Amino acid sequence: MSALLEIKAVTKRFGGLCAISDCSLAVQPGSTHGIIGPNGAGKTTLFNLITGIYKPTEGEILFKGASIAGDRPNHIALKGIGRTFQNIRLCKELTVLDNVRSAYDTQLHYSPLSALFQLPRVVRDEKQSIATCLELLKSFGLEEFANHRASDLAYGFQRRLEIARAIALKPDILLLDEPAAGLNSGETVKLMEFLRWVKENFKVTIVLIEHHMKMVMGLCDRITVLDFGATIADGTPAEIHSNQRVIDAYLGGDSDDE
Amino acid sequence: MTCRWALPVLVVIGFIFTVIIEKYQLFNGYTVFVLVTIGINIILCASLNLVNGYMGEFSVGHAGFMGLGAYAASILTVKIFPNVDTPVLFFCAVIAGGLVAAFIGFLLAILSFKTRGDYLAIITLAFLMIVKSSLENIHYVGGPRGLLGIHHLTTLPWTFFWVVVTLWVIRNLIYSKIGRAIIAIREDEIAANAMGVRTREAKIFAFATSSFFGGIAGALYAHQIQFINPSSFDILKSTEILVMVYLGGVGSLGGSILGAVVFTLLYRFLEQLTIGPGQLGSWHFGPWQLGTWRMVIMPLILVLLMLFRPRGIMGLREFAWFLPSRELLTRRKKE
Repeated sequence: MSALLEIKAVTKRFGGLCAISDCSLAVQPGSTHGIIGPNGAGKTTLFNLITGIYKPTEGEILFKGASIAGDRPNHIALKGIGRTFQNIRLCKELTVLDNVRSAYDTQLHYSPLSALFQLPRVVRDEKQSIATCLELLKSFGLEEFANHRASDLAYGFQRRLEIARAIALKPDILLLDEPAAGLNSGETVKLMEFLRWVKENFKVTIVLIEHHMKMVMGLCDRITVLDFGATIADGTPAEIHSNQRVIDAYLGGDSDDE
Repeated sequence: MTCRWALPVLVVIGFIFTVIIEKYQLFNGYTVFVLVTIGINIILCASLNLVNGYMGEFSVGHAGFMGLGAYAASILTVKIFPNVDTPVLFFCAVIAGGLVAAFIGFLLAILSFKTRGDYLAIITLAFLMIVKSSLENIHYVGGPRGLLGIHHLTTLPWTFFWVVVTLWVIRNLIYSKIGRAIIAIREDEIAANAMGVRTREAKIFAFATSSFFGGIAGALYAHQIQFINPSSFDILKSTEILVMVYLGGVGSLGGSILGAVVFTLLYRFLEQLTIGPGQLGSWHFGPWQLGTWRMVIMPLILVLLMLFRPRGIMGLREFAWFLPSRELLTRRKKE
């Protein structure tokens, strides 16, 4: 089976600092792929490389077999890569509904000029968009907040909204950057169920950066471990669990972080 | 909902009213002049709000687009078709003014879309200087002396018509995918990109639309004042428009109307305001013409506004009757 997302020998240097060095990984369609590593290992940089915020210094990034390295971020998103951010990035002044709509807008194909004159097609598309996005919010349990400003939501709901917004893009792959950050262990268990449901319901492949070992081990089919920008291990949770290099670099030091 | 059809009816009544005022000269010349000025300022304010309010950029070049529109329209009515004096020509001239401004705005947006904040402000400032100096160097349009002999074509009904068109079109834009895109860019450009928002296209389109209405306002202005010269469209004019936008409220069409009305009335009021002559005890004072002090008073108001209400009177809020009905329906369902 060919990989959905493939990172081939990617290196990213910021001046003299090598954030990612010769990193490779392959994400299989339909899987949940975990990326773990100590702080500063380059996990988020890797996401930023995949989504086009950074250009790789060297190497290839393939999505559905085509190179996306160096493409514009919004083009990459439209090809089917949705993401969330470590520090939540919502449009704070927009309503919850409009946050989701602004992602779903990429599915609306009326021309900007027709928008100026509010031609019938625009009205029809917008109405359909509102209905679809409300439906989506409902399935995420956010419907009652539809007209609240995004910044008024509780932290956990903001995280959920960010995922809903990424889903509105209808992605094939969803990159989640520390979705459990700031959640307590009870909430983390709920988040795991929630992510399973998202994956099942919207048929997305998930790539997950996370520090919560229980969550990563419980959710992921495959795990890649980064340290100092390099891949030090790649395998099933069981393999990672018993990998001596990983234990040395990461788990050994702070496996008791809960 | 009753207010759904109330607004169009109100617009039609307003239009008929302006026609009647014009025809039977119900108001004196000065009042009509102030009303037309308010209308033009609403167009300027709403269109600049698109860039400075909704998109969250800082353009100081709006007077440049106004100038381009004013000159383009005046060349049509004065130089090319001097003997044609029909409403159709005026309509076309105003549109042409808008299109010229929109085209230049489009080019400027392509040049500058990568820059944000301070840098865009500097580029638009440079653009403003280029427009002004170019006009001063073109003898065909009178150089620094300006263009004379423009007919008085900007009547109250025309102004009303263009104000309604401007507000309607900008409203439609804001509540479309382009509008949400530019607001998303303002809120968080990285997130907007990650959502697949076509940031470049949205920015350029919104900027060109804003320039278009800047040009429309310029064309109306030229045919109201009947005389234009390059220094009518300098940084002071831009500043005036900026004051209106930030007074009324960024990211709000209602605020744009409010800002333009309050600013224009205050400006005209201060112009005529005289204090004194009078006596306080043994001290005789005045008469003071406050008109010459208005450019001290207005910026002072702006300073106070920035300190106490940095987003303006209506900042980021909107009157419900401005929203398209589809937006209201979801809102009502929730309440």
